[in-house]
Amino acid sequence: MKRLALLLALTLLAPSAFARDSFKVAWSIYVGWMPWGYAADHGIVKKWADKYGIDIEVVQINDYIESINQYTAGAFDACVMTNMDGLTIPAAGGVDSTALIVGDFSNGNDGVVLKGKKNLKSIAGQKVNLVELSVSHYLLARGLDSVGLKESDLTVVNTSDADMVAAYATPDVTAVVTWNPLLSEILSMPDSHKVFDSSQIPGEIIDLLVINTETLAANPKLGKALTGAWYETMALMSGKDKAGIAARTAMGEASGTDLAGYEAQLASTKMFYQAKDAVAFTNSAALKTTMKAVAEFSFDHGLLGEGAPDAGFIGVETPSGIYGNADNVKLRFDPAYMQMAADGKL
Amino acid sequence: MKRLVNLSPSRPWALLLGLIPLALVLALYLAGSDARLTENPNDKLLPSLEQMSSALDRMALQPSKRSGEYLFWTDTAASLQRLGLGIGIAAIIGLLIGLLTGALPAVNVALSPLLTVFSLVPPLALLPILFIVFGLDELSKVVLIVIGVAPFIARDLQKHTLEMPREQLVKAQTLGANSMQILFRVLLPQIMPRLIDAVRLSLGTGWLFLIAAEAIAATDGLGYRIFLVRRYLSMDVIIPYVAWITLLAFLLDMALAWLSRRLYPWHHKGAAS
Repeated sequence: MKRLALLLALTLLAPSAFARDSFKVAWSIYVGWMPWGYAADHGIVKKWADKYGIDIEVVQINDYIESINQYTAGAFDACVMTNMDGLTIPAAGGVDSTALIVGDFSNGNDGVVLKGKKNLKSIAGQKVNLVELSVSHYLLARGLDSVGLKESDLTVVNTSDADMVAAYATPDVTAVVTWNPLLSEILSMPDSHKVFDSSQIPGEIIDLLVINTETLAANPKLGKALTGAWYETMALMSGKDKAGIAARTAMGEASGTDLAGYEAQLASTKMFYQAKDAVAFTNSAALKTTMKAVAEFSFDHGLLGEGAPDAGFIGVETPSGIYGNADNVKLRFDPAYMQMAADGKL
Repeated sequence: MKRLVNLSPSRPWALLLGLIPLALVLALYLAGSDARLTENPNDKLLPSLEQMSSALDRMALQPSKRSGEYLFWTDTAASLQRLGLGIGIAAIIGLLIGLLTGALPAVNVALSPLLTVFSLVPPLALLPILFIVFGLDELSKVVLIVIGVAPFIARDLQKHTLEMPREQLVKAQTLGANSMQILFRVLLPQIMPRLIDAVRLSLGTGWLFLIAAEAIAATDGLGYRIFLVRRYLSMDVIIPYVAWITLLAFLLDMALAWLSRRLYPWHHKGAAS
């Protein structure tokens, strides 16, 4: 009966494109998304929502993938996710989505760690533990490209992120790919060497706030309020003053570490504190190249769905042009709202 | 006027009444799926029957593009092997402990507290420890099933052994049987059908632990596949897999029931009459 009720609920939850005044946004714990929790807890989101006369509920979901699945199912209007998951989950599921805010990219936050070996080449023939089909998997594929290896040269073992650190502590796990804070935890163990990390593919693992395109078109107020709240939080947390330190401490504590731990994670994350930097990044031609690489990886791993004849099956719109099928654009990078923030027009 | 409590439907009616709720659930699902697919033909949440059958066709009847394996069958084989090993070992351990503690008071006194404590430990909470001790490979998955299931079987058999009529043991002893003979000729044969019953009851738990272990670290298996494709919301694969697991569980249960009737017809005589 419970399942039936759930099915009914999910059926009824289909996103509606009509203008509304109450919205739900999902986020999960990650260095680049902690500002959402802070903005929600400290009234910043409410302040901006009030300014535009709407109501925004910010919900923290403990399971990252579940939050994206819920967004795709229509239970949320917007959700934080990486560019790759944005392409392979909502966009591949036919939910037209827009990257409203480009928050940061991973600049060393994701890495490949080998036990007892110091270069990436020696990963050949090993079992590699990682969350299969995640950005870790993508990072590994990019790393293997760089040393002329293929995925068939090793065995990928799907391992839950919750158990990654415990798994690495066992003797038969010799290679892992993971993200922070797990990465720094694993690197602190003896004889562990980071042989490849996301700073070697800068700008390819991007953390976004993704919003349903139809909802955004019908409710530009929602886009404005969210963008406004985000850049106010950015200005606050990037400050060197007391308020900035307090904000970073709160975010660190909320993610289970402290100020020093959180700042260490920020150091390997390229945050776009200034809206103009995010706009410049979104406008660059490199974004389209990145999305091409991501789409090709996703297609090779069957993530675009069985109906996809090629990597360009799902179109990705970027300011420098559309990658792939222009008739089937499902993921859009739209700098318009970030531009408004940069121009101070919010 | 016949009272409602005395109204028991005849066989065709019983069948029909039993099918109605199932059909209703199916119809509700299809309606929901249809509604979502009309709105968004790429919707992945409630796939149609055609989408599921094409996913199943792809998984079961065509070799995978990446490895050339028939994923559905390799997953099934891997999972059944783990489950079979786990339940098999648990049954042997459970039988030994149950029989010995039930039959020999000295062993009972020595092992019962340990057995009780062990059966109270939630096995899933032990998982991180199992992974560290036994590694991430097959061993820890099988051990999880054994730890999860063996105490239940042992306690069930212990109870049944203790419930054996005292007169039987006395009679066997008057006829000159020694402890060994009583154990293996009197108690063991009577406990065997109970063992099959206990295994049937613990299969559900076995599946639970199997899927939990596969979700955490694996390269194949039914649970592995479900948790992997969940990453891109591939309900067209998940739903057929869940149905397949249900069918497998049902078939295993039927097979054990048949085996029990075949090997120990006397055990079922009382129940049938």
